Amino acid sequence: MSDNILKIRDLSVNYQTDRGKLKALRNIDLDISRGSIVGVVGESGCGKSTLITSIIRQLDANADIPNGSIEFEKQDLLKLSLDKMRNISGTQLSIVFQDPMSTLNPVLSIGRQMIDIQYRDKTSKKIKKQRSIDMLNKVGIPDPQSQLKQYPHELSGGMQQRVSIAMALQAGPSLLIADEPTTALDATLEVQILKLLKELQVEMGCSILFVSHHLGVIAELCDHVIVMYAGEIVEQGSTYEIFNNPAHPYTVKLLECDPASISKKQRLLPSIPGEIPDLTNLSGGCIFKNRCDQSIDRCDKQTPKWNEFSNNHYVSCHLIES
Amino acid sequence: MTLMFFMIHLVPGDPARIMLGPRATPEMIADISMRMGLDQPLVIQLMKFLGNILKGDLGVDVLSSRPVTEIVFGQLPYTLWLIFSAIFGAMLIGIPLGCYSALHRNTFADRVTGVISVACITAPSFVVALYSLLIFAVTLKWFPAIGAGEKGDFFDQATHLVLPAFAIGISWVGYLSRLVRASMLEVLGENHIRTARAYGLTEFTIVYRYALKIAILPTVTVIGVGMGFLISAAVLTEVVFARPGLGKLIIESITTRNYPVVMGSVFISTGLFVISTTISDLVNASLDPRIRDNL
Ligand SMILES: Nc1ncnc2c1ncn2[C@@H]1O[C@H](COP(=O)(O)OP(=O)(O)O)[C@@H](O)[C@H]1O
Ligand SMILES: [Mg+2]
Repeated sequence: MSDNILKIRDLSVNYQTDRGKLKALRNIDLDISRGSIVGVVGESGCGKSTLITSIIRQLDANADIPNGSIEFEKQDLLKLSLDKMRNISGTQLSIVFQDPMSTLNPVLSIGRQMIDIQYRDKTSKKIKKQRSIDMLNKVGIPDPQSQLKQYPHELSGGMQQRVSIAMALQAGPSLLIADEPTTALDATLEVQILKLLKELQVEMGCSILFVSHHLGVIAELCDHVIVMYAGEIVEQGSTYEIFNNPAHPYTVKLLECDPASISKKQRLLPSIPGEIPDLTNLSGGCIFKNRCDQSIDRCDKQTPKWNEFSNNHYVSCHLIES
Repeated sequence: MTLMFFMIHLVPGDPARIMLGPRATPEMIADISMRMGLDQPLVIQLMKFLGNILKGDLGVDVLSSRPVTEIVFGQLPYTLWLIFSAIFGAMLIGIPLGCYSALHRNTFADRVTGVISVACITAPSFVVALYSLLIFAVTLKWFPAIGAGEKGDFFDQATHLVLPAFAIGISWVGYLSRLVRASMLEVLGENHIRTARAYGLTEFTIVYRYALKIAILPTVTVIGVGMGFLISAAVLTEVVFARPGLGKLIIESITTRNYPVVMGSVFISTGLFVISTTISDLVNASLDPRIRDNL
C-alpha cells in the first residue's frame, strides 16, 4: 500500500430540498498519495464542490452525510470535533476557492488577513508580517510590502487569486485543495496560476487536490485524474492513460468536447447531448445510461462494478467488463 | 425649511392675540404684530426669515426678546444627552442581541428574541414613557419622575436620564436587533466567511471582527437617518417627563404661537439630522474601504 494522505471511503452526501432528498454524492472512494497532484473533472453540477466542502467540513446546512469516512493524516475528519477540525484547517489542510473576487474579506486589508490567519503562532507581529511579505513574494506579487496595506478590491482578479494561494500555503499544509481556482480568470492568467501552483507544489512538497470542469487544465497540472459524473466516480487513472486511452463513454465524450481538442473551423462548441439525471429521483443501473449511445440492456438493470482497464486505470462501465 | 414656514403660518389663530391673552386691547395686538413683522405680507416675512438664517441669525423671542439661538442652544444639550443615551443604550443591547440571534438562527432562543424585538418595535415611545413613569418612578420609586436633575450633579442627572432614554431607546433595541440579525445572516453566507472558516479562525473572530464590520454598515445608516425619529420621540418624552429640552421648547412655543422660537428649534433639529447623516456616512466610510474610495 502506498502512503495516502487522503483516503475517502464510501462517502455519500444528500441535500434536503423542496423536491425531496437530492443525492449529490453516492459512495465515493478516492485516494490521494503523498506528494501527488490529483485532478477531479466533471461537468458542473456533478458534485465537485460538494466533495470538497465535505472534506473541509463546510457543507451547507441542508446537507447530511449518511455514510462514509474521510481519512486525512490518519484521522477521520468527519468524526473530529469542531475544535480539532479548526486546528487542522488552514494549517495542514488548506483551500483555494473558485471566485477570487469574493473569497477575501472586503473590509480588511490583505496584511491584516494574512497576519490574522497566523493567530496560533505566538511570535511577534513583525515576524508574521515579514512571513506574509515573503509568501507574497513567492507567489509573484510585485512590491509585497505595500500590497499588505491594500484592500482586496484594489487588486485585480489574478492578484487576488495569488494572495489566496499565498494565504493557503503560508502554514505549509500537507494537502492543498483547489476548487476551480482559475475558472474565473482569463486564459493567460489561468496558465500563469497553474504554473505557479506546480512550482510551489514542488518547492513546498504538498499534495494537491485540484478540481475543474476543464480537462485541458487538468492535463496541464495533474498526475492522476478522477472523472466524476452526476455524483459518482466513473473512471480514474494516470493523466496519460485518461487522455490517451479513455475507456468510459462519458470520458470519451468529455474529451471530444474539450475546447482545446477542437479544430478552429468548428463554429459551435460541441456538447454532450442530454442532461444530467435528476438526482432527487434516481433509477437503478448505470448513472450515464440515458446519455450513452452504446448502452445495452444490462445498463438499465445493474450498477456497473469497477474494472481495472489497464495498469492502475479503473473504469465503472458494463462495456469494459472483463 | 420653507415648507415648515408655511405650515406654521397656516395654523389657525392670530399669534399676537394668543400671546397676549383674552384681555389684550387692539392697540397692543397691533404693536406686537408690528414687532413680529406679522403685518407684512407672508412672502416678505419668508424672505426676511431665510435671509437672517444665512447670517446665522434665527431671530428674537417675541416674549423675552432674547435671541432665539441663545434659547435653542441652551436647551439643545438636554435633548442631545437624551438622544445619545437612548441610542447608545439601544446599540449596546440591540447589536449583540442581533448577533446572538443570527448565530442561533431558528432555535428557541432566536424565536424568543424575535418576539421580544417585535414587541419592542411596536411599543410607541410615549406609551412606554407614561407606563415606565408610573411603574418605575411613581410606584417603585427607583428613578426620579420629572425634570433633568441638579445642574452639575452628574449622578442626579444620569438617574433622571434613565427612564426617558429607556422610553425612546426600547423600540430601537428591537429594531437594531432585527436589522443586525438580518444583515449578519446575509454576511455569514458570503464566500469570504467560508474562507475565514477554512483558515480555522475562531468563531469569535469570524463573527465580531470579520462579519460584524460589514453587517453593521446598514445599521449605521439607519441610525444616521433615524435622527429624525429620535428627535420626534424626544419631543414627546420630554413633555411626559417634564424635562427641559428642544421638545418641550417646541411644544411650548407652538402653544404660544412663538414663531421665531418654533422656527429656530425646527431649524436646529433639521441641522442635527443633516449632521447625523453626515456622521453616519463618515463612520461607514471608515469601516468599509469600498465606500471610502467612492467618496
Ligand atoms: N445547498 C444545496 N442544496 C441543494 N442542492 C444543492 C446544494 N448545493 C449543491 N446542490 C446540488 O448538488 C449537486 C452538485 O453540486 P456541486 O457540488 O456544486 O457541483 P459542481 O461543483 O460540480 O458544479 C447539484 O445538482 C446542485 O444543484
Ligand atoms: Mg463547483
